[in-house]
Parts: sequence; structure tokens; C-alpha cells
Amino acid sequence: MSNLQLTSRGELKHFLTLAGLDRLMLERILDTADSFVVVGNQEVKKVPLLRGRTVVNLFFENSTRTRSTFELAAKRLSADVLTLDIKTSATSKGESLLDTLRNLRSMHSDMFIVRHTDSGAAHFIAEQVAPDVAIINAGDGRHAHPTQAMLDMLTIRRHKGNFEPLSVAIVGDILHSRVARDQIHALKTLGCSDIRLVGPNTLMPNSIGSMGVTTHTDMDEGIKDVDVVIMLRLQTERMASAFLPSAGEYFRLYGLTTQRLKVAKADAIVMHPGPINRGIEIESAVADGPQSMILNQVSYGIAIRMAVMSMAMSGQMQQRQALVANPTNTEAQV
Amino acid sequence: MGDLVGTTDKPPLADTEALVSDLLIQIERLISQNNLLQPLVVGIHTGGVWIAQIIANHLQAPLGQLNIAFYRDDFSRNGLHPQVSPSSLPFDINDRNLILVDDVIMSGRTIRAALNELFDFGRPASVSLVTLCSVNQRELPIQADACALKLDLTAGQYVQLTGPNPLTLSIIENRAS
Repeated sequence: MSNLQLTSRGELKHFLTLAGLDRLMLERILDTADSFVVVGNQEVKKVPLLRGRTVVNLFFENSTRTRSTFELAAKRLSADVLTLDIKTSATSKGESLLDTLRNLRSMHSDMFIVRHTDSGAAHFIAEQVAPDVAIINAGDGRHAHPTQAMLDMLTIRRHKGNFEPLSVAIVGDILHSRVARDQIHALKTLGCSDIRLVGPNTLMPNSIGSMGVTTHTDMDEGIKDVDVVIMLRLQTERMASAFLPSAGEYFRLYGLTTQRLKVAKADAIVMHPGPINRGIEIESAVADGPQSMILNQVSYGIAIRMAVMSMAMSGQMQQRQALVANPTNTEAQV
Repeated sequence: MGDLVGTTDKPPLADTEALVSDLLIQIERLISQNNLLQPLVVGIHTGGVWIAQIIANHLQAPLGQLNIAFYRDDFSRNGLHPQVSPSSLPFDINDRNLILVDDVIMSGRTIRAALNELFDFGRPASVSLVTLCSVNQRELPIQADACALKLDLTAGQYVQLTGPNPLTLSIIENRAS
């Protein structure tokens, strides 16, 4: 089966997962995003690429930062943006998800940004509902959060350069993190050979050994001489479900402090997807310190989202163009 | 310049070095006639930047570069163009005299895109357009203020600048079209 998110020419037309995307494609996304970082420095922070296109933010699950950066990214591409909080709209009146989406499609939407608690939701919509609407996955269940992983890659590449010689530690709740899996996948695809997962056994997935990474329950051992420390957010609801002893205990074992950061390379960078729990997974002095990339990540997040949105729209345009040229071909071979 | 599939290289059009020298003389004249004080030089990727670099060195003026990929008018048809280096204007263009440089001007659409992009960075006092070669295939009301070579080409012919060392201007026949 061909990859649902690619045209037959191998161009992006949806952005659902990093699986099936090769190094060249990931590098093209990063290169495109690099060009969009510059747009943020212009007096007019906008480019006309998606002028006249309609982008619908479909958030079935709350996420202020992701939603606002997607909205800003769409606006910087000059698209018209509609943000729907699905929980408070039609679905609560009994309209089915499919009907809601069909209605939105009839409004001539060009792109859906989908955030959902169920794994595979964005994939389902791309496959079943709207093949001619570009679907961007903004996080689905425990499955994937590909734009977050790519903005992390952009942060690493802009501050550390090539991935080959780097040692990267991912610290925290690997088990429940929808972004860790994508980060590992992206790092491996981009050539990083030393990827270390650090956290308590209870928060480490069983299958992790097969991903070609090393695991460490000892934080000092895990982050020794690394170039990059990626801290994951500890979801406090996990405390209640007996995965963890207590916040204090967790911080003592896995919290990133100034002292502990000295174990990593002197010029190591510290990343965190936010929102940060100060004093639980990261000390304020580190979060606000010179090695912290946390706020850079937010700006790069806009650039990455602009990149995948414009690339997916570009693939859709080429597909539509091919369909116009050859209307009998329903598969639109491009 | 599009995909140059199945191209035939022809010998260089003219002594490209001599064309560049001629362009520099024209630019000096343009600057003094129009009283363009402290000009800033902005080249359009990729060939325009090569020429702009020479002009900036000659005038001892600061150099910026534009990648107009996000401002093109063919996104609906051709999609996003592959990324070369991002735009970089390491100066404030507000109220400054700009010298906008491209290697070859044909339809004028690249210049339209470049002007749109420039104005997203600020409001320059003036923009002068200079080019090594102007091809008589204009689709927009855009003319160069300084130009070293004017050409009449037939359909399917293109001008290509290769470089940056050495710079060579040649006519390309596009067999695919």
C-alpha cells in the first residue's frame, strides 16, 4: 500500500506520522522551516502562500499551545483560519463526527488540523472523509505528535548542527508520551546513533529495546556527556495511577537540576515540549537558564507548522492539477 | 527558469566578465544621476546573488539576499518550490535606497514577487532594478534601470547564468517544451 500521506510523486499531501518519511523528506521539512524562521523577523510576518485557502483547526482535545501555534502558522501563511472547539459545538448536539466533517468539507475547506485523543483519528479522517483536504496531525492519542517531534529536530539542527555525532537523551514518561516515539523515529532517520531513554522502569514501554536505543534508569548515567537533553512533561494524573511514587521522589531521581546538568556536555542544550512543571521534572534555574531552548522551541514550532502546512497544500494542489489535466483518472496519479 | 530537461548547451553568449564591467559602469551612472545615497544591494537567489555580490563589493555597500519562493504566483499550479537558502536582509530597509539585482529578467514575475517580499521587510525610499540580461518576453510592466545585454529569444529558448566562478551566460534550448 502506498503511503497515504504522499502523492505518487512522493510529495507530502497530508502530514499524519513520521513513519514512512525518509531522511530526504525530513530534511526538506527542516529546510523549508528554516526559511520560515526568517519570516518571523520580517516587519510583516506573513507570506502569501496560502492566500485564499481555508484552514480549519479541529481540536477534539484541548491544547492551548499547539492550537495557537497552528493558528498563528496558518495566519502567517495568509490562510483564513477557523478554530472549532468540537466539544462545545455540533457533536455535543448529537451530530456525528462524520457529519460534522462532511459539513466542513462542503464549506470548501482546504486543510484540517486535527487533534484527537484517539490514536489514528487524523489517519481515519484522511482516508475516509477528506482525501482532497490536507490533513495535519496535531496529536492523536498516544500514537503520534509529528509536528512536535519535527520542531524538536529543527531546534537541535539549528543549535547543534548535524545529527550524526550527537548524543541525545530523552528523559521522563516515555510510556505515555506521544512525542517520544516520533522523536526517536526522527532522530534515527536523521542519522543520530546515540539515543538514550531515561526514566523509571514503570514509565518505559516494553517494546523499546527493538527501537535501537539504550535505556537508563539512572539519570546521571543516562545524560552523561550528551549534547541534547529532552525532558518530557510529567502528566500529574500518572501520579494517581501508581506509575510513580510522588512528585518529590520523581524530582529527586529524574528532575533536571543545574547540578545534574553538569554531567552532560558543557554546551548541551535542554529542551522541553511544555507546559513545564517547575520543580517536578525541571528546576526553574535550568528552565530559565542559558542552555534552555524551551522558548526557542515555541518559535520554531510556528516555522515547522508553516512548513508542513505549505508542503501538504502544495501536494494537494499538484494532485488537483493532475485531476484537471486528466479528469477520468479518479486516483489522480501525480 | 523551470526544469531544463533535455537541454543543449550553447557556447557562451558574450564575454560575461565584460558584461558585468559594463553593468557596474551603468550602476555608477544610475547612482549619481538619481542621487542614490548609501545604497543597499539586494540579490535574488541564486544567480542574482552572484551578481549582487560583485556589485556590493564594487560599491562597498551592504549585501542582502532574497529567496522569493514564498511569494511566487504559481503555487496553485506548481506547488512549493524547493528551498534554497532563506532570505537574509541584515539591515533595516526603511527609507533606504535599494538596488535590486537579478541575473536575467524574462517575464518579470520574479521581480513582482521580490518587490512584494521587500515591502514585507519595510518601506524603502527607492528600489532600482538592475540585471545582467533582459529577455524580451515581459508579461508584467517591469523594466530594468540598468541592463548589460538585451536579447530577443524565440519560444523554448532560455538564458542561463552558471557560476559563481566563472560566471557564464548561455542560451539554452528546452527540447522538452
